[in-house]
Amino acid sequence: MAMQGIMGMLRNAMPAASAKHTVLGVFSDAESAATAGDELKSAGIPDTDYDFLTDSPYPEGSLGERDEPHRLYLYPFIGALLGLSSGIMITAMTQVAYPLVTGGKPVLSLPPMAIVCYEGTMLGAILFTVIGIVFESRLPKFDLGLYDNRITQGFLGLRVKAEPEQSREVVQIMNAAGAVDVKTDQ
Amino acid sequence: MQEGKVLPAAQVNRDLLRSILETPRWFWPVVSLLGMIVLAAAVTIGIMVDRGLGITGLNYKVVWGFFITNFVFWIGISHAGVMLSAILRLAKAEWRRPATRAAEVLTIFSLMTAMIMPIIHTGRPWRILYWAFPYDFARGVWPNIRTPLVWDPSAILTYLTSSTLFVLIALVPDFAVLRDRTTGWPKIVYTMLAMGWEGNPRQWKLQIIAGVLLSALILPVFVSVHSIVSWDFGMAVAIKSWHSTVFAPYFVVGAVHSGVSAVVFAMILLRWAYGWQDYIRHEHIDALGRLLIVVATGWFYFLVMEIIFGIYGLEGDELAVRALQFLPGDHGVAYNVWMIVFVGITYFLPVILWLPKAWRRNLWIMSVACISVNVGMWLERYLLFVPGQANKQFQTFTWNDYLPQWPEALIVGATFAFVSMLMLLFSRVFPLVPLYDIKEGDILKTEMQIGRRTVPATFRED
Repeated sequence: MAMQGIMGMLRNAMPAASAKHTVLGVFSDAESAATAGDELKSAGIPDTDYDFLTDSPYPEGSLGERDEPHRLYLYPFIGALLGLSSGIMITAMTQVAYPLVTGGKPVLSLPPMAIVCYEGTMLGAILFTVIGIVFESRLPKFDLGLYDNRITQGFLGLRVKAEPEQSREVVQIMNAAGAVDVKTDQ
Repeated sequence: MQEGKVLPAAQVNRDLLRSILETPRWFWPVVSLLGMIVLAAAVTIGIMVDRGLGITGLNYKVVWGFFITNFVFWIGISHAGVMLSAILRLAKAEWRRPATRAAEVLTIFSLMTAMIMPIIHTGRPWRILYWAFPYDFARGVWPNIRTPLVWDPSAILTYLTSSTLFVLIALVPDFAVLRDRTTGWPKIVYTMLAMGWEGNPRQWKLQIIAGVLLSALILPVFVSVHSIVSWDFGMAVAIKSWHSTVFAPYFVVGAVHSGVSAVVFAMILLRWAYGWQDYIRHEHIDALGRLLIVVATGWFYFLVMEIIFGIYGLEGDELAVRALQFLPGDHGVAYNVWMIVFVGITYFLPVILWLPKAWRRNLWIMSVACISVNVGMWLERYLLFVPGQANKQFQTFTWNDYLPQWPEALIVGATFAFVSMLMLLFSRVFPLVPLYDIKEGDILKTEMQIGRRTVPATFRED
C-alpha cells in the first residue's frame, strides 16, 4: 500500500506527457527573434509556452520575454542559519568535550567561537546559494529537447510548444519574422 | 574604455577555445618541464618527512621560515581573484570581463598551493587532521579552537570551497559552448558538466544574479581569510614586531597588491601564449595599472604605520627587532639591505613604472613592474617573520639566525612551477576567458554622437 502511495505521488509530481509539438526557430539577430516572439503572443500562444535561447545574457526584456520570478534570495539565509548552527555546535562541543580552563576564564571562549562561526555562516550561505542557483535554473536537465548548436555560435533560438493544429502557424510566424532555420520535433 | 572591436560570437568561440580545441606545439614540453620540477619537490618533501625538519634551515629560535613565508605569499596571491571578480563585478566595471576567470582560477590554485606549505611544515603531515579538525573518535582530545592555527583552516577551506563553486557556476554556460563544439568523449564530459544548460532567459537571469550575490558573499570571506592569516602572527604576544593591531588590514591590502600584480602578469602571458590580443587589450592592462597605483599606495601607508607604531612604544625588545631590520650590524644576514631592496621593488619602482600612461600600456614594462611587486611581497613576508624570531625573546636567551637549505629553496621554487602547471592544464580543458561575459560586453557596446565626436558607450542595467 505504501509503495503504491509513493508511486502515485511520483506520478502526480511528474508532468503528464505533453501532446504539444515543439518548434525551434533559429534567428541571426535579436530584433527578428523579438518580432517572432511578439507575433506568437498575438497569435494567442501563452508566453509560458515559448523560450528564447541565447549564448549570452541580453538585457532583461529586450526580447520581450516573460518575467521570471525566483526564490534565490531565500537560499543564502537558510544556508547561513545552518552554517551558523554548525559553527556553534562544533566550537561549543569541542570545548566542552575537552575543557581547557585558562586563567580561570569560562571554558566557552566567545571571540574565537565567533570567528569559526562566521566562517561557517558564510560557507553555509555560499553553498546554499550555489544549490539555489542550480535548482532555480531548473538544472540539471537531462534532455535538452529540440536544440541547435548554432545557438552557442551567436544565433538566437526561439523554442515554442504549440498545439498540433497551431504548429504550422508557428512555423509561418518564424519564417515571416526572418528565421534562418525552423525545426520541429515531428 | 572600449578600444576593441565588436567580434562575432563564432570568432569569440574560435579564439577563446583555441587553447582547448588545439594544442600549441610548446604546450606539452612546457608542462612536462614544470611537472619535473614539481616531481623533484615532491621527492624532496618525501625525504623531509622521512628524515625530519632537521634537513631544513629551521632551528630552535627561527621555527617559521621559508614555508610559512611562502604560505602567506600564496594566500596573498589568491586574493586577486575576489578583488578583480567580485569588487569589479559589483562596481560593474566593464574592463573586468577578460580578467575575471583567470583571476578566480589563480585564486583556487594559489590556495591549494598555500595549504600544502603549513602541512609539510609540520613535519608530520598526517597529524594535521587531529590538530585542525574536530575529529577524534578515540582519545578524547579535541582541537583548541582558541588558536589561530584552527581559525586558519576554517577560513581557507571556506574561501577555497567558495571560490571553486564561484568558478564552476560561471563555467556552466561555457561548458555548453564546449558541449556544442566537441565530439567523442570530451563531448560526453562537457555535456555532463553543462547539466543541460540551454541559455534561456531564466537561466541567464539567475546566472547574472549569481555573479552579484556570490561576489557579495565571498567578499567578506576574502577579507576574513587574510585577516586570520595575519592573526597567526598578530596573536603571538611573545614575539615582538608580530603583535600588531594593524596586521589584518595591512595583510589584506598587501595581498591585493601582490595578487592583482600576479593577475596582470598572468594576463600578459596568456595574451602572448594564446594570441588573445583582441580580448586582453592594452586598455585592460592600463586600467589595472591605475588600480595598482592606488592599492600600492594604500599598502605603503600600512607599512609605514606598522613600523612607526612598532618604534613609537620604545619597548626594548621591539626596538631590538627594529634595529635588526633596519640598522647595519654584525649580524650574519644584512636584513637592512634586504629591507631597502624590498621597499624599493615593492613600491617605488613599480609605482614609478605605472605612472606614465605609455608605460602602463607597454607590456614589457608592466611585466617588470608586476614581477618586481611579487618578488618584493615575498621578501616582505620573510622580513616580517624571520627577524622577529631571530631576536632574543621573553624566556629565550639566545640570538639565532636562519639560513634556508636546499630542500626549502627547491620546494618554494617548485610551488611557482606547480601553480603555472595547473593554470596551463586548466587552460587546456576549460576557457580561461569567460566566453559569455565577452559576448555580453559586445552586445552592450555601442557608439554615441556627442557634438562632432563619436564616442564609445556601454549600456548598463541597474
